[in-house]
Amino acid sequence: MRDFNYQRPNSVADAAKALKGEAKLMAGGMTLIPTMKQRLASPSDVVDLAGVKDLAGIKKDGNAIVIGAMTSHDEVAHSAEVKKAIPALADLADGIGDPQVRNRGTIGGSIANNDPAADYPAGCMALGATIVTNKRKIAADDFFKGMFETALGDGEIITAVSFPIPDKANYQKFPNPASRYAIVGVMVAKSGGTVRVAVTGAGQSGVFRHKDAEAALAKSFAAGALDGLKTDAKKLNSDMHASAEYRAHLVGVMAKRAVAACG
Amino acid sequence: MTDTGIGAPVRRREDYRFLTGKGTYTDDINRPHQTHAYILRSPHAHAEIKGIKTDKAKKAPGVVAIFTGADMAADGVGGLPCGWLVHSKDGSPMVEPPHPPLVPDRVRHVGDQVAVVIAESLDQAREAAESIEVDYKPLPAIINTAQAAKSGSPQVWDQAKSNTCYDWHIGDKAATDAAFAGAAHVTKLDLINNRLVANAIEPRAAIGDYDTGTGHYTLYTTSQNPHVIRLLMGAFVLKLPEHKLRVVAPDVGGGFGSKIYHYAEEAIVTWASKKIGRPIKWTADRSEAFMSDAQGRDHVTHCELAMDKDGKFLGLRASTTANLGAYLSTFSTCVPTYLHGTLLAGVYTTPAIYCEVRAVFTNTVPVDAYRGAGRPEATYLLERIVDKAADEMKIDPAELRRKNFIPKDAFPYQTPVALQYDTGNYQATLDQALKMSDYAGFKARREEAKKRGMLRGIGIASYIEACGIAPSNVAGALGARAGLYEAAQVRVHPTGSISVFTGSHSHGQGHETSFAQVVSDRLGVPIENIDIVHGDTAKVLFGMGTYGSRSIAVGGTAIMKALDKVIAKGKKIAAHMLEAAEADIEFKDGKFQVAGTDKSKAFGEVAFAAYVPHHYPLDKVEPGMDETAFYDPLNFTFPSGTYVCEVEIDPDTGITRIVNFVAADDFGKIINPMIVEGQVHGGLVQGIGQALLESCIYDDKSGQLLTGSYTDYCMPRADDVPSFKVETSKEATPCTHNPLGVKGCGEAGAIGAPPAVINAIVDALSERGVTHIEMPATPERVWRAIHGTVARAAE
Repeated sequence: MRDFNYQRPNSVADAAKALKGEAKLMAGGMTLIPTMKQRLASPSDVVDLAGVKDLAGIKKDGNAIVIGAMTSHDEVAHSAEVKKAIPALADLADGIGDPQVRNRGTIGGSIANNDPAADYPAGCMALGATIVTNKRKIAADDFFKGMFETALGDGEIITAVSFPIPDKANYQKFPNPASRYAIVGVMVAKSGGTVRVAVTGAGQSGVFRHKDAEAALAKSFAAGALDGLKTDAKKLNSDMHASAEYRAHLVGVMAKRAVAACG
Repeated sequence: MTDTGIGAPVRRREDYRFLTGKGTYTDDINRPHQTHAYILRSPHAHAEIKGIKTDKAKKAPGVVAIFTGADMAADGVGGLPCGWLVHSKDGSPMVEPPHPPLVPDRVRHVGDQVAVVIAESLDQAREAAESIEVDYKPLPAIINTAQAAKSGSPQVWDQAKSNTCYDWHIGDKAATDAAFAGAAHVTKLDLINNRLVANAIEPRAAIGDYDTGTGHYTLYTTSQNPHVIRLLMGAFVLKLPEHKLRVVAPDVGGGFGSKIYHYAEEAIVTWASKKIGRPIKWTADRSEAFMSDAQGRDHVTHCELAMDKDGKFLGLRASTTANLGAYLSTFSTCVPTYLHGTLLAGVYTTPAIYCEVRAVFTNTVPVDAYRGAGRPEATYLLERIVDKAADEMKIDPAELRRKNFIPKDAFPYQTPVALQYDTGNYQATLDQALKMSDYAGFKARREEAKKRGMLRGIGIASYIEACGIAPSNVAGALGARAGLYEAAQVRVHPTGSISVFTGSHSHGQGHETSFAQVVSDRLGVPIENIDIVHGDTAKVLFGMGTYGSRSIAVGGTAIMKALDKVIAKGKKIAAHMLEAAEADIEFKDGKFQVAGTDKSKAFGEVAFAAYVPHHYPLDKVEPGMDETAFYDPLNFTFPSGTYVCEVEIDPDTGITRIVNFVAADDFGKIINPMIVEGQVHGGLVQGIGQALLESCIYDDKSGQLLTGSYTDYCMPRADDVPSFKVETSKEATPCTHNPLGVKGCGEAGAIGAPPAVINAIVDALSERGVTHIEMPATPERVWRAIHGTVARAAE
């Protein structure tokens, strides 16, 4: 790890001001710190959001669950509010990484990083979440822009994520046996007549919505509706852990299981 | 038996220290004025070094010195030696290329050592290393084991034609060919034994500390055998006499073989410490461990089993290509040969066996012994082909094994591949394991699983292993360049407490407990009064260290022999004290007693007399009580057993879950059943890791290590394995040639588990026409096996 300046602002505004030059924002640090240790990142400044009050916490706001950006995965996993309103989201959070990661890692950090194998992007996309920043509100569909890319601009900081409460939802993950990141993760959410299906881990450009699966499920919300579902392997990752063909197959399996688990 | 004697499940005495963070590992040691070393490693799998510029790096903040291979060569530093000379079929010696600690001219694997930067801090050393300019001319690399010897493949060493180190064989080829000619059925199988990374929890580390005042060197290192390191580094690499060189292997966090060998970094820090006149510490990070610790396995094999019409084995043929990596690691050459080919009789009466092994160089990290070392490869081959034969012959796999077992009354049993088994009872552990696993009830469980859409399979593996490689003279005739004995010293202190110095080394095995139990049992002394000292050449007289499940059988016996000498001396002293004839003194329950009387002296009283010899036979017996012994075994020991694995496979995803795993092992006499069970658990997890999860993968073209971290290299975790059912044989057969009757248990799990798991998977998939699957049986591999066969059936 190379030397850096450590900053711990007390407000989002101060944090935004500190984001100059080669400065990096740190939420839980679960990606940033290992990357720095490997000297793959050498920021001039690390701006730690841990000192900013009111960035963590979970509340129900009308028909939505609003989760502060600095809320840990563990808090989401064990929140009575989340478990009651969107149990699938609590389950998703409970399956991220390991206990250490779940206690340090945050929802804001996860989606700002937009790791193509992370779980939260699928949750945000399928649930039609709104990402709230210090500058604006961004629909999940517009937020995730490919591998490790988001719509966030310079000095823009995620403050919260708002999840509309669906009728039903479920997340099924096929984890990489080594890293336990998603090789394929599928989140299915049904709200009235609308079904959204988001896939993480598999796509070459990160999380994506599976429109064919959505259309089939909108007609009939049953696992059988996905029989014969095609997923274009050409757009999927292929690596030593899973070929694109296998991932394409798993998308169908995980999607069906998610639908079945919705009950 | 005392409650801390042989057979007692004494809690591991060392665990308090480890669990409370009080262990002292090499990296915990800091010497005054210590500097830090960073090794600059090759980013290329194969490249010529056209030049190395260090001027800029030498001026970087905190840098004390930078050395390259040229500097070491100029000082006359030698190469890392290989400890076993193997000869090819034609009698020619193996190709033994140079192995310099720092490579001056041509790098041969990603991670090869190019330069060492020594600085006040590790960060400064690392920073400076980035400004060293190495002019590499990349060369084509060869990675693939099966391709290495093929014409047109890139050559790792100019002197090793077809990348071949040796082309060895064992067994009677003509007799085996004749057996095949008369066979009613021949089963054939091609299989791969996947390359593994040892992954001890503690990465390797070394501190070189040259004392400018006395001219003595001290090396602290993460080693399984400090005396061997002293010998190899002293005699071959740095040319230092033993009395000037102390090697300390303090607490060591796991080795699994990977810490047996003499590594470049040890020589580098020891040599460089004199150059700079200050101690130097080097500690590997995990990424370095992946690219510099010796790796394991990596065999490609074709084998054939000949049977008569009833399934009686007539002959076995095996042809293996073994990947040794870019250099010959210390014991690399004996692993695919004398630790593999000699085990191919397994537990069976196969009368004719022929095995040939071609060892090849590739542009990969060197391969050497890893938990089991050759024996897992032999067992995997054998237990897979036996299962395939059972399938083809339509004989139950348990029955086919039983039919071919060496009968329990046939010992000692001479195999056709050199080894002579002293004892065994394979039927007993098979029966026990079948009962433990409810083998008879499997069909019902399979039917029930089917209703849930799951494919259920059961697999058996009956293994044998050879532990405590010996004797030295036989091994020497076969090419070993070291002795294979062990040394011990039992020092009885004046008040009767005892320090035992052993050449064995504990790095997780629990020697401080089980060795102390042996002493407690033999001398009738409470375990609290016994200390086991190991891991320091300045304290321990000599030793060959710990590998190949040898410690209790060889090291423990050396202790027994030293204890015999203590008791013999004690009898002489007691006879004088009790005014009796020495022949009338017997030693029992911690007392020297005149036979048939109540006259006795406690062990402590005799010990005290030895150090305060006032009433003492000074004319006949020297004062003091401190005895040493060396023990060179007459033979290997031969643990054996049967494992049964039951799996359920999800055909939609290909995920395999182990739903039951039982182990019935014959380890002979058991010193500490709790430690033995723990050793079996650990071995099983590593074996299951190999079968389902672990695989060291290099890019076939670039030679880059693709599985260079835990993100990509899958280590088994607690939730990957079931709760094991582990028992030792109810009809155990004690080793016949050591006084403890012990055999060794450290590697059994890793040897027996892989074929048990794969046999279970193949059994589960057999209804889909699958007859073999390679390790690791990843979900995709399983899914493809199912899918591929379904597709073929549809054609």
